Amino acid sequence: MNIKRLTPARWAASGLLLVVFIVLSLLPTLTQGYLVTLLTDILRYVVLTVGWMIFSGPTNYMSLATAAFYGVGFYIAAVFNGPLPFVAVIIIAGAVSFVMALVVGALTLRLRGVYFAIFTFALTLMVTSVVLEVERVVTGTRGRFVVTESTQTAYYAMLIVTIVTLVMAVLIRRSRYGLALQSIGQYEEAAAHSGINVVLTKVMVFAASAFVMGMAGAIIATRRTYIDPGIAFSLNTSFWPVLMALFGGMGNLVGPVIGAAVFTYLGELLLTRFPDLYMLIFGVVLILAIAFMPRGIVGLAEQVWGKIRGGRGAPA
Amino acid sequence: MHLLEGEGVTRYFGGLAAVSDVDFYVDQGEILGLIGPNGAGKTTLFNLISAALKPKPGRIIFKGRDITPLPAYKICRLGIARTFQTVKIFADVPVIRNVMVGALFGTGHYVSSAQARKKAEEALEFVDLTPLKDIPAGDLTLAQQKRLEMARAIASEPELLLLDELMAGLTPTEVTEAMSDVAQLRSRGITVIMIEHVMQAIMKISDRIIVLDYGKKIAEGTPEEVAANPQVIEVYLGEECDA
Repeated sequence: MNIKRLTPARWAASGLLLVVFIVLSLLPTLTQGYLVTLLTDILRYVVLTVGWMIFSGPTNYMSLATAAFYGVGFYIAAVFNGPLPFVAVIIIAGAVSFVMALVVGALTLRLRGVYFAIFTFALTLMVTSVVLEVERVVTGTRGRFVVTESTQTAYYAMLIVTIVTLVMAVLIRRSRYGLALQSIGQYEEAAAHSGINVVLTKVMVFAASAFVMGMAGAIIATRRTYIDPGIAFSLNTSFWPVLMALFGGMGNLVGPVIGAAVFTYLGELLLTRFPDLYMLIFGVVLILAIAFMPRGIVGLAEQVWGKIRGGRGAPA
Repeated sequence: MHLLEGEGVTRYFGGLAAVSDVDFYVDQGEILGLIGPNGAGKTTLFNLISAALKPKPGRIIFKGRDITPLPAYKICRLGIARTFQTVKIFADVPVIRNVMVGALFGTGHYVSSAQARKKAEEALEFVDLTPLKDIPAGDLTLAQQKRLEMARAIASEPELLLLDELMAGLTPTEVTEAMSDVAQLRSRGITVIMIEHVMQAIMKISDRIIVLDYGKKIAEGTPEEVAANPQVIEVYLGEECDA
């Protein structure tokens, strides 16, 4: 099995990946300002989308709690950045999100299908309200100031978190736990009766995905000077990763990465060119994408490639 | 000591007793048949043994240990594997990886990927699915999916295997094959409890048979004894014999 993986195509893909990362890591020395900010934003959505996919992809449990874990990262950065070094802040943010997901996961992963989605959605609202109340009653404030980091620092931090996320995603996918997650998604009962500790597997992977979401949140927070619960726990953060994964294609990890990149860029483009029609155009694009690319950009590419090669490689 | 023993096993669904105060046992190396009309509680009893459901009240004892409180995955790791009446396979996953799930997670000890693959290949060889090992399990015929479930169960190295209607919907030739498979399981040291509606098969292959009706055990004994039991003939076999 390992031998099969080392085909020339695999080598080429690995080489390409390496080149991409070298270019990405040198980029801030070549250019400054907008492009770096845009790339940080793209990488953020790569982290959130791939992080979301790690758990929700194979298991078919649609989590809408991304904003909750991401927002926790925001608040950790607001509280600790400055007093503590940036690296420590990022790791703490990941760890707190991880623990929160363990608790939430243990309570809710017994729910299935739409019930799980609704609960995770409600979780985001609940966390927002709790933070609002704490600020009103305990600290008597609304929102917080954040000690900022430079564009470059944030960019590099996000690049590293992106690499961590991708490596984690690949490792889980290829390990026995990847197979376990897939089995759970296909037939949870049979998975349990085949010896898989279904609850533990789900909760641990859910928490691992929350870990990277929290880290991404902490990094982005330092690009703002001021945050409040509405900014930190914006519900859009829960929905974008789902749409980006759908848009890119959920069959493999390339899909969500491309989906996140194209979506973020498209969003920026529309927002700057057509600020009034932004959401409308975006919605139309999305509907067209779902209607005509049910397997996402990657699925479409495979189909086109198959046709070029004479229809033989066309996916069934 | 019996390999598996149930004491006063009971389970209600609402006001209906699906399984009511059933005592049973199976000994090492035995093939125990479980028969009864539709709705008699046979599958529920399997669900209770494999911890898909919990008996209320009642106890289930495996190798002298009370396993009633354990979750399903631990029951499997202790050595009780099962198949399902309505197949529950991982449809989008290749056949071999379906079986590897049992080998990787079900044995109760660490198994490397390479070992799991080998074990899965052996199990697929046993159920004659080797040529189909790389296609998605959902593309198999129903009869093949049932054999796949058996392979997945075998790969978890069970001491006791619960087979739920392995032969339902099979052609007579396939039934004969399935019977020889079950006989071979015994020679591998696996104890079997099987639910079956194919009467000739279960009468021929079982060492002992338990008959359930409306959740109660109404008869127990060798196939001959059970077949001669007037109560059994009345509730169950009478109709079958005329057919």
